[in-house]
Amino acid sequence: MSAMVDIKGVHKSFGDLEVLKGVDLEVRAGTVTVILGPSGSGKSTLLRSINHLEKVDRGLIKIDGQLMGYKRRGDKLYELREREILHQRSQVGFVFQNFNLFGHLTALQNVVEAPVAAQRRKRSEVEPLARELLERVGVGDKADVYPRQLSGGQQQRVAIARALALKPKVLLFDEPTSALDPELVGEVLDVIKELARDGSTMVVVTHEVGFAREVADTVVFIDGGVIVESGPPHQVLDNPVHERTRAFISKVL
Amino acid sequence: MSTTSLTSEQDTADPPPSARLADADLPVIARRHPWRWVGVAVVLVLLAMFVHGLATNPGWDWPTFFQFFTTKTIFSALWVTIQLTVYGTVLGFALGAVVATMRLSSSPFLQVVAWGYIWAFRSIPLIVQLLFWFNIAYLYQELSLGIPFGPEFVHFSTNNLFGPLGAAVLGLALHQAAYAAEIIRGGIISVDAGQTEAAAALGIPKLRQFFRIVLPQAMRSILPNGANEVISLFKGTSIVSVMAIPELFYQVQVIYGRNSRVVPLLMVATVWYIVMTTILSVVQFYVERHFARGTARSLPPTPIQRVRSGWGELKARAIR
Ligand SMILES: Nc1ncnc2c1ncn2[C@@H]1O[C@H](COP(=O)(O)OP(=O)(O)OP(=O)(O)O)[C@@H](O)[C@H]1O
Ligand SMILES: [Mg+2]
Repeated sequence: MSAMVDIKGVHKSFGDLEVLKGVDLEVRAGTVTVILGPSGSGKSTLLRSINHLEKVDRGLIKIDGQLMGYKRRGDKLYELREREILHQRSQVGFVFQNFNLFGHLTALQNVVEAPVAAQRRKRSEVEPLARELLERVGVGDKADVYPRQLSGGQQQRVAIARALALKPKVLLFDEPTSALDPELVGEVLDVIKELARDGSTMVVVTHEVGFAREVADTVVFIDGGVIVESGPPHQVLDNPVHERTRAFISKVL
Repeated sequence: MSTTSLTSEQDTADPPPSARLADADLPVIARRHPWRWVGVAVVLVLLAMFVHGLATNPGWDWPTFFQFFTTKTIFSALWVTIQLTVYGTVLGFALGAVVATMRLSSSPFLQVVAWGYIWAFRSIPLIVQLLFWFNIAYLYQELSLGIPFGPEFVHFSTNNLFGPLGAAVLGLALHQAAYAAEIIRGGIISVDAGQTEAAAALGIPKLRQFFRIVLPQAMRSILPNGANEVISLFKGTSIVSVMAIPELFYQVQVIYGRNSRVVPLLMVATVWYIVMTTILSVVQFYVERHFARGTARSLPPTPIQRVRSGWGELKARAIR
């Protein structure tokens, strides 16, 4: 199968701090990749680089064969214009750790906004679809409520519906449950599992090892800005080859 | 008296709780606020004294006040004041919005220009600036459009480019823009960066990110400060009386210059300023309420709703 996300030799520094030191990663279409790693290892930075919220210093990122942020002409790469980058981003769904729902818009308006603004679809045509999506993530009855009137778990589920509304090719989750109370984690993970069953391509940064074991096709362990180990869950989680992976897994389990 | 003795006293004073009634069946007595009523009484007495003074002291000269309060001269002067406020506000905030966006842009050039503008117009006293525009014909007789240091295409005489009213509006708007820019910038930077990031991640176009996502949320903090500016501009227009523009304050001065009834005529202006400020404050309340959508789990009631429910409560208590 072809690679939906193709990351090659990605380097990224913030000032003197080199956060990503040459990352290579392939995510096949229809698979779930879970990224594990200690705090500060560069997981968020890698995820944000995928949809160009972070501009990498070196290396290439392709989504469905399309170069993110650049255009190749001859043997030179040209930076894309803001508008073109925004268009590329609308093909990648991003779910944030702290939801980032638009506080002045209702749940439904949050979901409708991007298809209308980024894909120029008609509001009247998007709205039934948005209601369907809210239904699907289990907050169908909360369509006309503002984010602050929702629980954390409900907010994150609205955020997932918002990301899905663009019919993205890939969904990126940056610790989608770590801002939630333990009893709310399950309801969000259930939604993500459901999406996995439907064949969505997803990259999930999380500390939920149980979730990784159950849902992931590939588990990637990242530390110090490099991928230390990757493979199917039973291999990386149960029989890690590297000492660093073993130490980390034993700590989080 | 020690606290222990206090509590023990209360313990003995309270009748023993009835053993047969469960807590859930007991009637609830709402908390009383006796100090609130004392406060109300004090304020009412002071207010009565003040009103009594206004009514009985002949120095206020109410006949003269009413003679002028609704005259045509005063109305047209009020209209000039309103016009100055509206133009000053609209142009000031429009320019201010541009300057604020420039200061927040990623272009160092625009940032410096915006910073320089704000620096200049906050530094120059408004009255100096107004007198400068009023006397521009003395400095520059002609304005020309053309290539800098090269040929000129169009000429204006500065004298008929703008009259005194135009000069006043220009001065007020330029001054207002510097302050408006900072207020708008303050509102924008108070919106969580995650909001723009989420909008960018969704591919929402740049301009719409600003107008649909950031600005409505920035309005929350722009509005109270903005309303302050509008109200202070409204009263501040009296400063253009130095340019002999027949606005409210100037006109009142002219009249008491003729009849020497200073106090009642100042009161004419004051009452009109109060009336207009009141209207602006009410408008502010409802506009703020509009932009408060989604910021709280439920919005506080409007004063009218509050009076209604308070009245209902009093009636219910009286019946009981
Ligand atoms: N904008 C930035 N400017 C400077 N340093 C940054 C920036 N963003 C991230 N960093 C640094 O880069 C490193 C990696 O950050 P990143 O957020 O990718 O870690 P992470 O693996 O997601 O950690 P966590 O599990 O705590 O979320 C950290 O040391 C962080 O301080
Ligand atoms: Mg992170």
